Amino acid sequence: MKIHEYQGKQLLKKFGVAVPRGVFCQSVDEAVKAAESLGGNLWVVKAQIHAGGRGKGGGVKVAKSLDEVREFAGQILGMQLVTHQTGPVGQKVRRLLIEEGADIRKEYYVAALTDRTTQTVAMMASSEGGMDIEKVAHDTPEKILKVFVDPEEGLSAKQAAELATGIGVPAASIDSAVVALQGLFKCYMETDASLAEINPLILEGDGNIKAIDAKFNFDSNALYRQPEIMAFRDLDEEDPDELEASKHDLSYISLDGNIGCLVNGAGLAMATMDTIKLFGAEPANFLDVGGGATTDKVTSAFQIMLKNPKVKGILVNIFGGIMRCDTIATGVVAAARETHLAVPLVVRMKGTNEDIGKKILSDSGLPIITADSMADAATKIVAAVK
Amino acid sequence: MSILINKDTKIITQGMTGKTGQFHTEKCQEYANGKNCFVAGVNPKKAGESLLGIPIFGSVKDAAAETGATVSVIYVPPPGAAAAIWEAVEADLDLVVCITEGIPVRDMLMVRNRMKKREAAGGKKTLLLGPNCPGLITPDEVKIGIMPGHIHRKGRIGVVSRSGTLTYEAVGQLTEIGLGQTTAVGTGGDPINGLKHIDIMRLFNDDPDTDAVIMIGEIGGPDEADAAVWCKANMKKPIVGFIAGVTAPAGKRMGHAGALISGGADTADAKLAIMEECGFTVTRDPSEMGKLIKKLI
Repeated sequence: MKIHEYQGKQLLKKFGVAVPRGVFCQSVDEAVKAAESLGGNLWVVKAQIHAGGRGKGGGVKVAKSLDEVREFAGQILGMQLVTHQTGPVGQKVRRLLIEEGADIRKEYYVAALTDRTTQTVAMMASSEGGMDIEKVAHDTPEKILKVFVDPEEGLSAKQAAELATGIGVPAASIDSAVVALQGLFKCYMETDASLAEINPLILEGDGNIKAIDAKFNFDSNALYRQPEIMAFRDLDEEDPDELEASKHDLSYISLDGNIGCLVNGAGLAMATMDTIKLFGAEPANFLDVGGGATTDKVTSAFQIMLKNPKVKGILVNIFGGIMRCDTIATGVVAAARETHLAVPLVVRMKGTNEDIGKKILSDSGLPIITADSMADAATKIVAAVK
Repeated sequence: MSILINKDTKIITQGMTGKTGQFHTEKCQEYANGKNCFVAGVNPKKAGESLLGIPIFGSVKDAAAETGATVSVIYVPPPGAAAAIWEAVEADLDLVVCITEGIPVRDMLMVRNRMKKREAAGGKKTLLLGPNCPGLITPDEVKIGIMPGHIHRKGRIGVVSRSGTLTYEAVGQLTEIGLGQTTAVGTGGDPINGLKHIDIMRLFNDDPDTDAVIMIGEIGGPDEADAAVWCKANMKKPIVGFIAGVTAPAGKRMGHAGALISGGADTADAKLAIMEECGFTVTRDPSEMGKLIKKLI
């Protein structure tokens, strides 16, 4: 689960990481009032959406007067902000963060994430703050420092100081950087984050270290014990179809192709998508119905897939184990009737009660095309939508 | 022979008295020598009782001491699952199979680090399979986990995969063309887990009854690439390789918590390329896995 920058900064602050003073706003008037109450003569107007690259897309502007705050807030609120992470349609801006300006002398990058190889938490830091870190990792990997932290022992002051020194934090500001790094690590662990990134972390003229941005991602398996994080959830930022699917306990992700697919198991679902592509078409979605698919669940899955106007055909691929093929077949027939299915449907099922399942499909009188293998199923659905 | 488990393995079920645990324990008992293999359940509140004819003990330690069991399988719900793994480790078991899906990553980080420290301090090495895995099966001998037993057949091909149904797909293809399996292993879809592809490939390499292996992977993480590099230098048997997720977009979690492209190195294309370089017979058509193995042996 992702959260907004202003929420991430609230978390960082709680764990002792210095952040600029700022106010979260939802209207232009609120934004102007916020700037007034912050005082000073420099403010940053920042679009709050769950995607990176906001500055380049015109979602972050520096205002030198209250009039400019009003002007920029008006421009940004309600805009469709397009960044490299939003897709071409962009994301509507509904929330703003108004912050005091910062006296930036140097920009760094710091992040915490779980390292699969060492099974520890990797603390990463770079002197190349404010840049696209993936580009830095690709072009100049030597500029990214990493320490692997024992999750039980935590990030020691010594490790933090080494990182800070390594990325060029001046001696007088090392202590301030250590506080920020240790705070970031603690925040990462205690909130069950899967990514916590500050880009940039800045050095100010007075020698202080501050977080100018905050990007978080949280482990969805742990949200049950993180009520504070759950309260940050912003449903406006989530794909409505994926959200609807999750209510039915379906794992769904929309893609760009025109073949809807419904599969049991995440690995088999990906393999099915790949087979569709291999045989000349593109999948419209990833959809794992999980282990306990009922008729209701299959019907919901069909409804969600068919909401996508691009879908020209559906491929159902089930390997029956504990979930029996006859159960799925009954569900598929009911779902096809319920949704008045008007696009071609290919069903491939294997495993437990395969023969009974196939009979249910053929007895239904519906124009369901059956297939033996995944390749056969993909060939048939691709031909059917042409 | 087989790897990790056989008809003489004695197994403790942690979480046996829950709905899922009870359902699958019954299926496991019905398969091959299961009746004799599943010897204990654990539930501190029900110690002294029995279920499905299996005695229930108050702790894994008690269960192991009383029955001589060396393996456990876990169906405990996510909030308590990491603690259940640790309990099995502290009881000095040889192998713990954790089926539970949805364990917080932080809990797995903590228990894996504790396991490594215990081992480094001279403690017994307990192997962990999973979590979020289907388990493993040695056909006609014993099944530990949630896979459908009847699709398997005893034979000489090893199968390893992270995913459940994709493992069944490979097994189903093999059985259909008359090729049996030594052992089929699902390592699980979580980012922080126990046994990885490389560990299973080592075991298959050393198993005299395994002639060839199907290794299946998916997007996310370094496991398949690590295994491929090891195989290039050490593996004496032919391997068919498949990676799921060529069409998966970067940055999206594809069902499994671990199936997430996080950089250029863990895409399906990158993994397929390194596997091919390392001498695997790689396919992009998952329907072909069985046929390709047949050609190689």
